[in-house]
Amino acid sequence: MTIRLVDLSFDPGAELSAFSTRAVGAGGVVSFSGHVRPQSTDGTVQSLMLQIHPVLTLAGMQTAEREAIARWSLIDSEIIHRHGDIGASEAIVFVATASAHRRAAFEAADFLMDYLKTKAVFWKKEAGPGGERWIEPREDDYADAERWI
Amino acid sequence: MRIAVEYFGKLGDFAGAEDGALDLPVGVSDTAALRAWLDEVRGFNGALLHCSVQIAVGDEIRRGPFALSEGDIVAFLPPVGGG
Repeated sequence: MTIRLVDLSFDPGAELSAFSTRAVGAGGVVSFSGHVRPQSTDGTVQSLMLQIHPVLTLAGMQTAEREAIARWSLIDSEIIHRHGDIGASEAIVFVATASAHRRAAFEAADFLMDYLKTKAVFWKKEAGPGGERWIEPREDDYADAERWI
Repeated sequence: MRIAVEYFGKLGDFAGAEDGALDLPVGVSDTAALRAWLDEVRGFNGALLHCSVQIAVGDEIRRGPFALSEGDIVAFLPPVGGG
C-alpha cells in the first residue's frame, strides 16, 4: 500500500511493472494513468500547476486508500500523484490495484480515481497562450463519484 | 490574539490574500467572524463568504463557527477537483 506525492516526472509503465512484481498472489492487476491533456475547451494547454495542502492532501488520499483496501479486499495498491508544474502530455496520476479476482481490482481503481478527481485536495491551474485559469470541478465528475456512496 | 492564515487555490490570487501572521481585532474570535472580517478588510468581495469555501484550523476541516486560539493556523480552501 503506497501513496507518493511527487514533484518530478515519473514513468507509469515502469511503475506498473514494479507494482505487478510486488503484488505476489494477485489474480488481477489493474492500473490507470492520467496525463495532462494538451488541449482543453479553452485551447492549447502548455502546462498545469497543482497546488497541494501540506497535510490534508496526503491525509485524504490515505483515507480513500484504506477504504478501497477494506471494501474490495485488495492485496496491494499504489497511488502516485504529481504536484507543482507539469508539462502537457506528462503523466499526472497513476493508480494500481491488485486483488484475487479482476472485478475487485477494476472497481477499486475506478473508486480511487473518482476520489482523486472530486475530493482529493488539489487545486489545478492551467496555463496556455491566452493566460492562466483555475480549473473548476465538473458536474460529471461528481456524478461519477456518487456511484460509490 | 495572533494567528496565521493561508489561502489556497484561486483565493491566493486576490490582491489582499497575504499568507502569514495576523493580529485579530477584538470581537473576531471564531472562524465565522474571521471569514467575514477578512472578506471585508482584504477585498475578497464575497469570495471568502461563499459556502463552498471550507476552513481548516490546525489541519482539520472545521464546519460552522469554531473558536480560535492563539497561534492557530487557519487555511481557506476553495472547492477542489476538476481537470
